[in-house]
Amino acid sequence: MSTAVSEIDQVKTTPWAGGHSPFKVEYGKLMMWFFLLSDAFTFSSLLIAYGALRFSAQTWPGADKVFQSVPGMIESGAPLVFVGLMTFILIMSSVTMVLAVEAGHRNSKKEVTMWMIFTVIGGFMFLGCQALEWTHLHHEGFWWGSIPGPEKLAEFFEKGAAVTPATMALSGQEFANLFFTITGFHGFHVFTGVIINIIITINVLAGTYEKRGSYLMIEKVGLYWHFVDLVWVFVFTFFYLV
Amino acid sequence: MSSESQHIHAEGEVHEETMTRGSIWKVFFILLGITCVEFFIALYLVPKGHMSYHSANPVYIVLTLLKAFYIVAYFMHLKFEKTGLILAIAVPTLFIIGLILVLTNESHYWFGIRFPF
Repeated sequence: MSTAVSEIDQVKTTPWAGGHSPFKVEYGKLMMWFFLLSDAFTFSSLLIAYGALRFSAQTWPGADKVFQSVPGMIESGAPLVFVGLMTFILIMSSVTMVLAVEAGHRNSKKEVTMWMIFTVIGGFMFLGCQALEWTHLHHEGFWWGSIPGPEKLAEFFEKGAAVTPATMALSGQEFANLFFTITGFHGFHVFTGVIINIIITINVLAGTYEKRGSYLMIEKVGLYWHFVDLVWVFVFTFFYLV
Repeated sequence: MSSESQHIHAEGEVHEETMTRGSIWKVFFILLGITCVEFFIALYLVPKGHMSYHSANPVYIVLTLLKAFYIVAYFMHLKFEKTGLILAIAVPTLFIIGLILVLTNESHYWFGIRFPF
């Protein structure tokens, strides 16, 4: 009889029996994870659409031909240099973000503030680079719904049997639309991330988390910021390398 | 009540370790190193003909997934969370593979419609 009672007790004390935190994370952090999961689906849909349109095209602009300038410094002949810089900036700002989280674990308000400010600066630098990149491509003639004239456009393609003015116009337009949509959506995430980071930095300075006794909020915005970096890793590969 | 708290404690025992400043910089240099390998392939191996354009692509994708693993596992701290949370986040991303398979297949069909010659 006593064994029967203890078996029921056993059932009731599992992590999922209620009254516990089965994932051992705070509500807001868990919801941030689920939001990022849904955002990952959105970005993968965009990137897979890009892949499908590229697979169904006869030709595609060469990344080393489209992206070969460093705005304001090198006009051409430097493929991937500028985007390499952008990638470095974003990875670096991810590092300063984890350092802010780590300082938060030690409840060091001064260090959290310093690393958060570095992260915000990194975010602004990335956005500035992206603005230059967009301006450059816009001056070349690419935009949503517009491409350079036929002679200019031909500079961005490898020569080949299937590369006719018609296929170049089709692929060039698809490339332009996808590039501005996907990097634009990513840039929008970077922008909101910077805004959120600024708000959180102000809260840190105001002592909100010091009073609360925990810098958990830094971890939550950190997750969002790393996700932005994560998406860039994929955008970088599929637009600039492949 | 005491058995309950013991149980909870046993559940959360392993995931105490976390990121130190040393491990943060280690992950940074791994990410930087992988990116440098990608640049080496794109700027040297492929243009010089040591590697074909088509064989480089799978390498880029593997390296990208490796970088994604390091960002999610260490920077986003998922590796140190409870197994249940790791599965709740990691397993649904398998749906993405489904969409890749479906749209890759679809794109060949689109190709046939667009260029019927």
